[in-house]
Amino acid sequence: MKTPFCTTLGLVALAGLSAGCVNVKPWDRDALAHYSMRPDRDPVTLSLREHMWFSREASNGGRSVGGGGCGCN
Amino acid sequence: MNAIPRVTGVLALLATLLSLSVATVPAADEPAIKVGDTFPNFTNFELEGELPKDLKGKLVIVDFWASWCGPCRGTFPLMEDLHRRLGKRGLVIVAVNEDKSRVAMTEFLKQHPVSFTVVRDTKKKLAATINVALLPASYILDGNGKVVSIQGGERTMENRAEFTRLVEDLLEKHITKTP
Repeated sequence: MKTPFCTTLGLVALAGLSAGCVNVKPWDRDALAHYSMRPDRDPVTLSLREHMWFSREASNGGRSVGGGGCGCN
Repeated sequence: MNAIPRVTGVLALLATLLSLSVATVPAADEPAIKVGDTFPNFTNFELEGELPKDLKGKLVIVDFWASWCGPCRGTFPLMEDLHRRLGKRGLVIVAVNEDKSRVAMTEFLKQHPVSFTVVRDTKKKLAATINVALLPASYILDGNGKVVSIQGGERTMENRAEFTRLVEDLLEKHITKTP
């Protein structure tokens, strides 16, 4: 019997999508807790990004602080 | 002639599958051990380290921790304080380490020595059996090994009052005083 193209494609896509959905157990989160995973690990990069944000948006701290961005707060 | 409907069909199917896959992201697992259950026997899990000889009749805090876990490190001083103050009243603390590397654990303990028992869950069998939901997590057992309380998250010396009161109440309730 000839398998329809859409069914085959769908099954492949389902396999791929479902494989991406996992819960990392708490005791396996050591790599996620590593310092290199922190967004603020590099103060130079952080200040550069803040500077770029300020230059473009005319606001300070809007990248990480609630209320920033419009310059009205 | 059929090319456009076929492409549309494929796109519709993919969109459906994507929405299904998002909808079926596994939720956090249910805890395997609840209050009222009997805690599994430590000897079944190939724990590395020496366990206290007799836990019967003692209030036992089984504390799951890892050296890479900041809140676990924050909880250690409180555990040490509780052990020193309440050990004589029948409190036993068994800290179960979940580090992948033994070196990481020993290095941490060199810097932060403790007087309570520390064992290592080398194959993560105990954590997996309990299905520990977060680190640190403390399972408090009565004198018969039954879970009487489950506490999670950081408990530091600064916010120790609530946890300390809980442990003291459980000691009063579950552990008979020796004359």
